[in-house]
Amino acid sequence: MIGEGLSRTDGPLKVSGRARYSAERREMGEPLHGFILGAAIGKGRVVSIDTSRAEAMPGVQLVLTHLNAPPQAEVIPKSDILDVQPQLTTDVIAHYGAPVAFVVADTFEQARAAAALIDIGYEVVAGEFVLDENSAAPEWHDESRLGDLDAAMAAGAATIDAVYATPYHFSQPMELHACIADWRNGHLTLHIAAQMVAQLADAVADTILIDRSCITVDSSFVGGGFGAKIALHAEAILSALATRQLNRPVQLVLTRRQGFTIAGHRPASISRVRLAATREGQLTGIGHDANIQVSPEGNWKEGVATVARALYAAPNRLTRTRHSELDTGVCEPVRGPGEVPGLMVFESALDELAEKLGIDPLELRIRNDTAIDPEKHRPLSGRRLVECLREGAARFGWDQRPKTPASRRDGRWLIGYGVGSSIRGHYQTTAEARVRLDPDGQVIVQTDMTDIGTGTYTIAAQVAAAALGVPVGQVRVELARSNLPRGNGAGGSWGSGNTSVAIDRACQALREKLGRVAGTGYNDLFAEVRRHFPTGIEAVGSTRGMDDEPSYENFSIFTYGATFTEVGVDIMTGETRIRRMLGVFSAGRILNAKTARSQLLGGMIWGISAALHEAAHVDPRNGAWVNGDFAEYLVPTHADVPQIEAIALDDFDGAANHLGSKGIGELGSGGTAGSVANAVYNATGVRVRDFPITISKLLPGLPKI
Amino acid sequence: MPGTEDAGLPEAPGAVPLSLCVNGKPWVLQIDPRTSLLDALREHLHLTGTKKGCDHGQCGACTVLVNGRRINSCLSLAVMHEGDEISTIEGLGSPEALHPMQQAFIDHDGFQCGYCTPGQILSALAVIEEIKAGIPSHVTADLNAPPPLSASEIRERMSGNLCRCAAYPNIIAAIQDVSGIPS
Repeated sequence: MIGEGLSRTDGPLKVSGRARYSAERREMGEPLHGFILGAAIGKGRVVSIDTSRAEAMPGVQLVLTHLNAPPQAEVIPKSDILDVQPQLTTDVIAHYGAPVAFVVADTFEQARAAAALIDIGYEVVAGEFVLDENSAAPEWHDESRLGDLDAAMAAGAATIDAVYATPYHFSQPMELHACIADWRNGHLTLHIAAQMVAQLADAVADTILIDRSCITVDSSFVGGGFGAKIALHAEAILSALATRQLNRPVQLVLTRRQGFTIAGHRPASISRVRLAATREGQLTGIGHDANIQVSPEGNWKEGVATVARALYAAPNRLTRTRHSELDTGVCEPVRGPGEVPGLMVFESALDELAEKLGIDPLELRIRNDTAIDPEKHRPLSGRRLVECLREGAARFGWDQRPKTPASRRDGRWLIGYGVGSSIRGHYQTTAEARVRLDPDGQVIVQTDMTDIGTGTYTIAAQVAAAALGVPVGQVRVELARSNLPRGNGAGGSWGSGNTSVAIDRACQALREKLGRVAGTGYNDLFAEVRRHFPTGIEAVGSTRGMDDEPSYENFSIFTYGATFTEVGVDIMTGETRIRRMLGVFSAGRILNAKTARSQLLGGMIWGISAALHEAAHVDPRNGAWVNGDFAEYLVPTHADVPQIEAIALDDFDGAANHLGSKGIGELGSGGTAGSVANAVYNATGVRVRDFPITISKLLPGLPKI
Repeated sequence: MPGTEDAGLPEAPGAVPLSLCVNGKPWVLQIDPRTSLLDALREHLHLTGTKKGCDHGQCGACTVLVNGRRINSCLSLAVMHEGDEISTIEGLGSPEALHPMQQAFIDHDGFQCGYCTPGQILSALAVIEEIKAGIPSHVTADLNAPPPLSASEIRERMSGNLCRCAAYPNIIAAIQDVSGIPS
């Protein structure tokens, strides 16, 4: 039952439009509607504010600014993403679009129109908005050094020393950031699009200075997250403050453009990659220096330079990061944090090395495999990277790869093949789940884990059904409310593992309780429940954090993959099209073959996107996002994606947990981006080191027609 | 037209009367003329199956059929639809009695978070009809012949419906299944 490709149990509600996402809930009655006014400067302060015209508009109930916002916690500079996030408590503007006023009115139209009538005077101060080689502070952070990379570079038979740039990325889930806050009898309920409900409830309570017991967060259906719905943002705090003041529910939905200025981003980065190898293609040196944007407001750091630490063997290694503190807004997790920019860059560099050596890039990766974590000197559990590479190569027909760049044509299309390796750390955090057996024959699973498209409703039912020996249809799964047993939400690719282990343990505890009174030979579970526990029986299971699990000290636990891509590049226009793509992954035991394949495919398409499409561009004058919407911030469409395939190897990693399962949500993206970049080079002979690879960067180097 | 009353929202100053037929049911509303068709459906009629993904005609999540043709309901003011027949996802099928396209999306896992899904499904149905009606697209090779009901035609015509979970291969598989195109 675990692993079976069951269709999503929440499918009928979703395809019929009956699943109610946050801003669609109405059990609290008709809400008022809020609208945020964002700062029109990149850095400075508010010197004057006139809300009189807005307040006189029909339907307006409340206008909040820093002059009248209720007391909140102190601002924490360099705050973590789930620290307190006070709103409208200062005249200081730290980035373009940061909230400066909040209007609540009877209707959305009224609130939006009134917000446009607030007059703000600004004092602009000079900001830093451009990431370049001069923007970084000199100190190195997060440095890992083994051996002597400089010596390896000097002695290498072949070396690479190249600089790559990756742009700002945004998660931009399809559901806008949304919250309905309802203050009723001293209790605050937030219906909010969130990935981690308990942690969000903590942060909201601490921010608006209410007791944690006075808040419930509910995220029953979430329209995608990809990291953007982990952090606490303005929509939660402003709607909460307003409902408490007005004693009426308040709905606040950010606009798509506000999703670029109020939610955070993946920082841009500049990487210098150094590789040294013997003539036979044995890596002797691996170096990755990254310069990443960081924010004075937040503490999130993208781990770009760290991705190769356990990917390939080499005795001399140096990976480290410098910080460019810019006023372009807050950095947050975006799907594949570190891996998307880091692997896209590193796997490109490895491709460059393979060409210098005259070795097949697939073979170069295989030759540098390692069973031992090269930096932590402990076994890599479930290390099956080479199997992913070999299996993928065989299925894809890698032996048909054009050996010389720009050598194969199909009409006007230049044809190229590329390969990229993926690696992603597997993490485990504390989590709890409660399972209840009702005498009427129903199993009820409860945990605060969210289903943001991850298939949690379905997987949780499968795990419980398997553990109890009942049909999946007998299991009801309740998720995503902060008054349910606490986990660590959806994020970091840990949700399914954490949750499944806790559910399985709760079920085992139930079986033990039942076994003590009924023995083990019973045939009908629920007959025994009715006989011995006429009001039902329940148990809580828990998952320990990785710091308390010895296997996470004894092993380095990762997931692996290899993506193979064929592209065509139009020799006339420079347009790149994906023609074929295959990913093969090793990620422990798969909990649901259907939803897992979908998630892996989605990750791979994010890889296509990173290589060819996505880039948020900063206005260097004021830090505004010049392409902050779905018309200009390009993401893949149907037409960009052919029929591609993802295969998960039959796998079980007992070092991760007793179910053998590992995370898959972020695995597919990084190496896939590298495979696309390498395929474009193989097709054209043009190596673009400034991502994404767009027409204007390819055209000047394309072969003569 | 005999109608059901509005959903009980306070009547905004300047509201104007509007008669709509949604999923075969007549409605008479008093509506702020600034209200989009999307917000009229979601906020006034509580038909929240039609999704707001960008409010600017860039994502397709708000796709509905108006008199049989698909439009982005966020780009259209409600008051422009006096007397129009609007079809939303709620009218297509219920969880207990799904339309074959809805069932195909489940079978082929044509969604993850589900937020773009109603728009994808309504667009898919319209796309099949547009091809059958002989309307060409950017990828139609021969403008003098009826466009083929092919995967590339469907991909091109579905490209106004973004899916950030990137369920695209599965969505196409679902549409191919329903429209009888070999995969």
